[in-house]
Amino acid sequence: MSQVDPVRTTDNGGHAIFRTPVATRLHLDPPLLAALLLTMLGGLAVLYSASGGSLDTVIRQAIRFGGGLLVMLVLAQLPPRTFRFWAPLVYGVGLVLLALVILVGTEAKGAQRWLSLPGIGRFQPAELMKLAVPAMVAWFFSDRTLPPSKRNVLGSLVLIFLPTVLIAMQPDLGTAILIAAAGLVVLFMAGLSWRLIGLAVLVLVVAAPLMYFFVLHDYQRTRVDTFLNPEADPRGAGWNIIQSKTAIGSGGIGGKGWQDGTQSRLDFLPESHTDFILAVLGEEFGLIGFLLLLAVYLVIIGRGFFISWQAQETFSRLLAAALTMTFFIYVFVNVGMVSGLLPVVGVPLPLVSYGGTSIVTLLASFGMLMSIHTHRRFINF
Amino acid sequence: MRQPLTLKDHHHEHRLFSLRLLVAVALVLVLSLVLVGRMAWLQIAQHSRFTTLSDNNRVLTQAMSPPRGLITDRNGEILAVNRPDFTLELAVEQSADLNETLNRIRQLVPLTDDDLERFERRRTSARRPWEPIPLRGRLTEEEIARIAVHQHELPGARVTASPVRYYPHSHLFSHALGYVNRLSAEDLDNMTLAEQRNYSGTHYYGRTGVERYYEHRLHGQVGYRQVETNARGRILRVLEEQPPIPGDDLRLSLDLKVQQAAYDALGERRGAVVAIDPRDGSVLAFVSRPGFDPNLFVTGISHKDYARYQQDHDHPLFNRALQGRYPPGSTVKPMLGLAGLDAGVTNWERTIYDPGYFSLEGNPHRYRDWKRWGHGQVDMEKAVVQSCDTYFYDMGFRLGIDRMHDFMVGFSIGEATGIDLLNESEGNMPSREWKRAARNAPWFHGDTINTSIGQGFMLTTPLQLAVATAILANDGHQVVPTLAADETHPPRRPDIALKDPRNWERMKHAMEAVVHSNRGTGRVMAKDARYHMGAKSGTAQVFSVGQEETYNEEELAERMLDHALIVSFAPVENPAIAVAVMVENGRHGGSVAGPVARQVMDAWLLDQDGNLNVPEPLARPPIQNALPTPANTTAHSTRTAAP
Repeated sequence: MSQVDPVRTTDNGGHAIFRTPVATRLHLDPPLLAALLLTMLGGLAVLYSASGGSLDTVIRQAIRFGGGLLVMLVLAQLPPRTFRFWAPLVYGVGLVLLALVILVGTEAKGAQRWLSLPGIGRFQPAELMKLAVPAMVAWFFSDRTLPPSKRNVLGSLVLIFLPTVLIAMQPDLGTAILIAAAGLVVLFMAGLSWRLIGLAVLVLVVAAPLMYFFVLHDYQRTRVDTFLNPEADPRGAGWNIIQSKTAIGSGGIGGKGWQDGTQSRLDFLPESHTDFILAVLGEEFGLIGFLLLLAVYLVIIGRGFFISWQAQETFSRLLAAALTMTFFIYVFVNVGMVSGLLPVVGVPLPLVSYGGTSIVTLLASFGMLMSIHTHRRFINF
Repeated sequence: MRQPLTLKDHHHEHRLFSLRLLVAVALVLVLSLVLVGRMAWLQIAQHSRFTTLSDNNRVLTQAMSPPRGLITDRNGEILAVNRPDFTLELAVEQSADLNETLNRIRQLVPLTDDDLERFERRRTSARRPWEPIPLRGRLTEEEIARIAVHQHELPGARVTASPVRYYPHSHLFSHALGYVNRLSAEDLDNMTLAEQRNYSGTHYYGRTGVERYYEHRLHGQVGYRQVETNARGRILRVLEEQPPIPGDDLRLSLDLKVQQAAYDALGERRGAVVAIDPRDGSVLAFVSRPGFDPNLFVTGISHKDYARYQQDHDHPLFNRALQGRYPPGSTVKPMLGLAGLDAGVTNWERTIYDPGYFSLEGNPHRYRDWKRWGHGQVDMEKAVVQSCDTYFYDMGFRLGIDRMHDFMVGFSIGEATGIDLLNESEGNMPSREWKRAARNAPWFHGDTINTSIGQGFMLTTPLQLAVATAILANDGHQVVPTLAADETHPPRRPDIALKDPRNWERMKHAMEAVVHSNRGTGRVMAKDARYHMGAKSGTAQVFSVGQEETYNEEELAERMLDHALIVSFAPVENPAIAVAVMVENGRHGGSVAGPVARQVMDAWLLDQDGNLNVPEPLARPPIQNALPTPANTTAHSTRTAAP
C-alpha cells in the first residue's frame, strides 16, 4: 500500500540493489523520531540524577517510553483517514467515560480523575480526550468551508467545551485548560476571524477574576495566590516555587554538573523527578542545558509544523498543527510554572518528567503526525 | 442538519492555513524567547542571589561551644566542672502527631509543666525547621534506657549529651563561685558583635560570683563546623572544621578545708565569714549562710524551687559577705583608736574616768557605755580589751568626723575592697558631705559620737571588715582581696603610714589581750590555742526588720536581737590570716562569733596533727596597672573586659 518509490543504493560489492529504508517502510519520520529519541535519552539522564541515582526509576521510565513508542509505531501505520473515521466515535466514548468518572470515578488527592475498568485497571479518560478533542474538531471542519462560518464556530465551541467542563468538574482545571487549548488551536488554524479572537481575549480578561472568585476551588485559589506571592508562605505553599527558582538560579550558565545539584540531591526540591524536573536540569546543566533542550523541542515543533504544512487534506493539516501546538503549550506551561512565570498547574515536562499516561498520549500524537506525513499521496505533474 | 452546498476552495484554504501556521510559528518563537529570557534572568542576573539561597539551604554553620574552664581551689580541689547532661530532644517536624508523641513520651519519662512550657515557647519562636527542640534535661540512666526501648514509637525523639556545669560542693561555695545559667537573648543584646560571635555556640553564661567575674577567662573561643545537611536537617558530611579553644582553668585562692570549716562553724545560723591571707590578699574562705544549690540554676531553675528560695525569710540567695551592710560596732575600735593616736588626740598613757556614760558639755544627753556602771579609769589598751565605749566617745569627739572619715577609708571602710566579684556593696563611712547629700542635714556632734563606736550611719560588709583587719595586721600595707590565684589587682589607696609605726604593734597586742587576757571580751575564742591571735568583738544593733515580711512573734523577737561580730587575725607576730565573722542576731560577738573565727584560723594554720604550720603565701604575678578594675556597675558593662 506504500506509494513511496524504492531508493536505489549499492552494497559493498558494487551490485545495485533496490531497498526501501526501514524508517520509510515503518512509516516513521526520521527527523522527528531522532529529535524525540534525543529528548528521551537526555530526559533519562536528568531523571537518573533527579531520582537520586535510582536506576529502577530510569528503567521504569524507559519501559514506559518503549510502550509509548510502540503505540506511536502502531498509529503511524494507520492512514489519517482512519483517525478521521474513528474521531467522532472515540470522542463520543470519551464523553461518556468522563461522565462516568464524575459519577463513579476513583478519588485521588481530592479529585476524581481515574476510572477503574475491569481488566484494564485504572485509567484517565481525560488523557484520551487530549487526542480526541483536536481530532474531533478537525473532523468537524474537514468537510466544511474555511474560514468557518459563525454557526460552525459555535458548533466547534460546543465540541470543545463539553469535555472541558466535564474535566473541570473532576476537578482538574489544568488538564481542562490544556484540552480546551488543543481544540481552540484547531479553531484558530481553521481561520477563526481575528475579530472573534479579539473578542475571546477580551472575554477571558474579564472572566479571569470572576473565575478566581466563583469557579476555582480553594486549593486552586491557593495556587494562584502562591504564584502571585510565593514568599507569603515560604515553608508551605510557596516552598516548591521558591526552591525550584533557587535550583534554577543557582545553576548559572554552566550548571553544577550532572548529579551535583544540591537542591535536588539534598531533597530541598519537591517533585524533582516529576513536574519540577526542569529545575534539576537548570541546576545541573545551567542555561546551556536548558537552551539545548529548548532547541530540540523547537526542532520537534518545527518538524510538526512542517508536517502540517505539507499535509494534503484539511483534517490532517488541522490535526497536525493542533497536536504540535499542544506540545509546545505543554513545554511553555511547564517551563513557565517551574521558573515562576505561571501558577503551578500539574503539567509535566514532555518526554522528560517521570511517569504518567501522558508519555503514551504524547508519543501517540507523534504517531499520528508521522502517519500524516508518511501517507501523503504523491501527485506527479 | 442541512448543509449549504459550497465548494471548498483548496488553494484559498491552504493559503489561509499557511498564514495561520506562520502566526503560530511566530507565537512559538516569541514565547520561547520569553522562556529563554526568564531562564537567563534567573541563571545570569539572579545567579549569585540564588547561589546564596541554595548554599544557605544546604550549608549549616554550626558553632561549637568551647569547653568552659574548670574552677579549683588553691590545692586543685575541683569546685566547678562540666559533666554530660542527657537531654531528650524532639524534632517536631518528624512527628506526624505531636500531641500523640508527647503523650507517649509522658508515659515514659515525667514531664513537668515547666518542661512543656519551655518546649512550647521554643517550638513557636523563630528557629530552623527540623532542628530538634530540647524537651527535658537531666535524664536518668533508667529514663534513657526506657526511651531507647520505645524509640520506634517516638518519631523525632532523640537523646543527646551536652556538657553542663556542675558544682560538686553545692551549697558550700554558692556565694563565692556563683553559677552559670542559660545564655539569654538579653545577654547577647548587651554584647559587642565580636562577643556575640564568640557566644554563638554557647548555651551558658556566668551569672553571679566568680563564674560571672571571670566569664571572659572561663569561656574560651568558639569553634566552627560547616556541615552539609539535607532538607530534613540530617547532617551528611562535614565540610570544614575549626575546633574551639577551651576556656582557662581557674585556680582560686580559696581553700576547701578553710571554707568547709567556716561553713560548718556557722552551722544553721544566718551569717557570713570572710577569711583573707594578709600577705597576698588571698581569700581563704568566703561564706554566706544560708547558701543555695547552684546546680538548680544551671539548666533553668523550676518555679517551685525559685519560689522556695524567694520566700525563705532567711534569704538564701542574698550574699551577706559581699552585700550585707551591718553596723560594725566595736570591731572597728582598733582602727578608730589608731586614728586617734595618729592625730595626737590621745596616747597610750592617757586615761579617762568612765562613769558609765559620756555627755557633751552643756548637754544633758548621756551616751551610755555598754557597762551601766562604767569601767572606771580607762586607758587605750583597756578601752580596746574591754571595749569601753566612753573612752571612744571622748576620743572620737575630740578627733572629729573629718579626720575619722579620712583615716578609716584607708581601711576600705565605706569603699569597695576591689574583690574580684561584681556588685560589691561599699557600705558607708559617714562624713559631713555624705550626710548633706544623702540626708540633706548638717552633721551633729551626736553623729560623731555614734560613729566613734561603729554605730550610727556607719555600715560595713563582712568582707570590708576582713580587709580592714588584714590591713591592720599588715601594719597598714594595703590588701586587695583576690579570689583568682593567678591575678594581682592593684590597691586603690596607698598604704597607711602612721606617724609612729610602733602604734601598729601596740594595737595588735591590745587585740591579742582581747582574747588572751582573762578580762578580754573575746577570751572564749583563744581557749587552748596553739598560737596567739588578735581579735576585736562587736555587736550591732538591729534597726528594723523588713516591713513587707510577716514573722510570728517568737521569730520577730529573735530577729530583733543584736548581730554578733568579730574581727581577728593570727598569728600575732606574723599574721597569715584575717577573719571577719558576722552572725545575724547572734547577740554576743566574743562568745558566738569568736569560736567561729577560731575554727577558721585553726583550719588554715594547723596541720593534721594540730601543730602550727603556717602555709606559704601564693606566688602572685606582679601588679599590672592596666588591669581592669570592675566597679560596682551593672552586670553587663564590664563585659568589655573579654579579650
